[in-house]
Amino acid sequence: MTLSSSFSNNPDLDSWLHIHADGRVTVYTGKVEIGQKLTTAFAVIAAEELDVDLDRITVQTADTALSPAEGYTSGSMSMENSGTAIRQATAEARRVLLELASEKLGEPVETLTVTDGDVGGEHTNQHVSYWDLMGDKQFDREVTDGATPKNPDQYRLIGNPISAKGIDGLVTGAMAFVHDMELPGMVHARVVRPPRYHAGLKELDEAPVRAMAGVIEVVRDGSFLAVICEREEQAVWAAAKLAGLAVWDDKNALPSADIFEQLKNNPRESFPLADGVPQDIPVQSPETPAKAAATLSSTYQRPYIMHGSIGPSAALACFKDQGLEVWCHSQGVFPLRQAMAGVLAMPEESIRVSHVPGAGCYGHNGADDVALDAALAARAIPGRPVLLKWERADEHGWEPYGPAMQMDVQASLDDEGRILYWSHETYSDSHMGRPADHGEHSRLLASWHLENPRTPPIPQPNMGFQSGIHRNADPIYDFPDRRIVKHMVRELPLRTSSLRSLGAYANVFAIESFMDELAHESGADPLEFRLKHLTDERARVVLEAAATHAAWGAVDREDGHGRGIAMARYKNQKCFAAVVMDLSVDDFGAITLHHAVIAADAGQVVDPEGLRNQLEGGLIQSASWTLKEKVDFDGGGVLSRDWESYPILTFPEVPTIETVLIDHPDQPFLGAGEATQGPTAAAIGNAIFDAIGLRLRRLPLTQDRVREAAAEG
Amino acid sequence: MSKVSLNVNGHEHHLDVDEKTPLIYVLRNDLGLKGPKLGCGLEQCGACMVLVDGKSEFSCSTPVAAFENRAITTIEGIGTAENLHVLQQAFVTERAAQCGYCIPGMIVAAKALLDANPDPNEEEICEALSDNLCRCGTHARIIKAVLRAAQEIRG
Ligand code: FES
Ligand code: FES
Repeated sequence: MTLSSSFSNNPDLDSWLHIHADGRVTVYTGKVEIGQKLTTAFAVIAAEELDVDLDRITVQTADTALSPAEGYTSGSMSMENSGTAIRQATAEARRVLLELASEKLGEPVETLTVTDGDVGGEHTNQHVSYWDLMGDKQFDREVTDGATPKNPDQYRLIGNPISAKGIDGLVTGAMAFVHDMELPGMVHARVVRPPRYHAGLKELDEAPVRAMAGVIEVVRDGSFLAVICEREEQAVWAAAKLAGLAVWDDKNALPSADIFEQLKNNPRESFPLADGVPQDIPVQSPETPAKAAATLSSTYQRPYIMHGSIGPSAALACFKDQGLEVWCHSQGVFPLRQAMAGVLAMPEESIRVSHVPGAGCYGHNGADDVALDAALAARAIPGRPVLLKWERADEHGWEPYGPAMQMDVQASLDDEGRILYWSHETYSDSHMGRPADHGEHSRLLASWHLENPRTPPIPQPNMGFQSGIHRNADPIYDFPDRRIVKHMVRELPLRTSSLRSLGAYANVFAIESFMDELAHESGADPLEFRLKHLTDERARVVLEAAATHAAWGAVDREDGHGRGIAMARYKNQKCFAAVVMDLSVDDFGAITLHHAVIAADAGQVVDPEGLRNQLEGGLIQSASWTLKEKVDFDGGGVLSRDWESYPILTFPEVPTIETVLIDHPDQPFLGAGEATQGPTAAAIGNAIFDAIGLRLRRLPLTQDRVREAAAEG
Repeated sequence: MSKVSLNVNGHEHHLDVDEKTPLIYVLRNDLGLKGPKLGCGLEQCGACMVLVDGKSEFSCSTPVAAFENRAITTIEGIGTAENLHVLQQAFVTERAAQCGYCIPGMIVAAKALLDANPDPNEEEICEALSDNLCRCGTHARIIKAVLRAAQEIRG
């Protein structure tokens, strides 16, 4: 058995679990709970391997003082890394515990049985429990590859319905988010950002704000501004007042040319891909094979879109005895600590960062930035804990967005409607804006505004397999020849970073829309056309399962109604997902989603309802991106500052959803949180085409786009 | 500062707060009721919803003084872990929560709906929840949970 890579930094068994004398078991992970119900899945895995009741398990998520350093919770890797590590660590613990029990009971390990942590044997009436054997003791050993986790046919928990850990606290409002924390003497803070990117503070008369009720401190460092007040509403009012008093210069208005022209015309670095990996070699022009009967090309575009957490970014910080303690909802408490240590000029060891849940973040939002904001505020009043929340306009206006992207696709068909050649080029800014140790530079927002500012590091093109811009740029279909190119574009106007599925959403939208265009061109059914180019057995099963479930081809559709299909395998090696979408478009071009079918293969299913929730949540969020979302900005700055100027999908607009899971108990589990993003977008575009015969290629697919396309004919 | 009297979850409170303070800060910070969540502060997302005389209302913007002599119920007043309300139980059964930040507001809005209309169809549920945003995409499950609760309440 190969050991999980998570062990290379954290080989000690004790850094993964602790058996308490009172019969509880704590499992440690360096990952964080962000609503994906990781903690439930991890608890199930541990309870399964150890043979203890699920209720005994507590999962301790990321804290720089307590947990194994596992970097970021991202890229749907948590199940594979941390999940596998927890499985191996708990299997090892069970082996050690059974050896101890064997000695104690005088019975060979083979005939011992475990019931909820209680060990008995065939030849003895004696029992001994894990807590008697190991309660509050250290294992004092490294994880080896000597223990074999259970076989799927021995499972009693995995794959069965269980209730999500902590869900009671969510429905009663009792669970504390970081926003809800309260420490003795705690005070409240808000930031006041520049009115737009790159503006600097010119003048400020703080006196009227200092005179307001409850104001403890106005923190000012260069162009960074915050207010600290006794009460929260006082901080809101004081921040509003401060914003009105501050006078800003208007350096560097944003470039206002059409973003897609900037994507094509700005300086860039370009790399052809081989097997999903960028190559540092010159880019060749696309070809047209001699046998080509038809060659088509299309351009697809995605605007900047935002994470748009329902809860504002928030953090609690306290300076005490030269040390700093921070509670926040960052997805990477260890790299954040490194980044903060640099900006605050403090040794890393004197900073402790603990993860406390925030609202769902779907990638890198303001969670890290707000931690620095809170620390800067708390530094002004040592000894007092400061809870700092962003206002909605801060969140919408300053979070790092999912980059705008353009995909140019071209393909040639032979005279039997087979694809001979495929070319795909993706243009985008970086999807990797997370903070870490960047030397003299920093990616934390407030650090750019300080008196001694740090500038953001120039992002380097990510040359990894299926990363960032080129994630899912390479279709999973079989073509005799293909050319895939990644363009990392420079000097683009808005701040960007990781948003759920990174480049995969837009790349899959382009690929799966274009597959539909080619199917139409060759007069083939879109499902048949895909299957004709698909040999991967698991992919075929998933695509056919979605089609069968939706009764593909068997439904007569009314006027204006349409149905689209699309599929992808996330990162070409993770979860397979296919989506069939039914919708209608009325005479005025308004689009209504009706029903969606998802089929997915995420390898071994640990927590089926949790998995469905992730897939369905991904579909609804992707439908929102696809139908509605676009960050608006002009030379003066970001205009999408609230939910009215940046609307998202609401209840009346959500389709009904059915989800089919294809379980592979013999296969590794595959993260599924990002699998439906791309297929959903393309299934919607394809269904619109099916309904009204118009192909929309620029996201979002709105009523206005339908009208534009209709006008163009 | 002035005296404000509030009736929250059946209890009378006399508080010394600025009467312009939006209700949510008083609920959360003075009364320790952290169930209502601060989402936007702009009456655009519904995370802060509470029941006021049985109707769901935003608490993030309207001054506390406007709520005197009215009966306020927060999610804490609807049910507790030991004694879950049918709606809360239905949310648990349907696993209608991902991050959960929007959920207290959803349950409050759903309660107002079911009190007025014990037999809503899906469309009426969507209409009643149209002021409540969820970014995790839990909508489909929330609708199922409200349908289930309605059925259980009707018996
Ligand atoms: S917080 Fe009140 S509606 Fe958003
Ligand atoms: S469950 Fe996360 S916002 Fe609704």
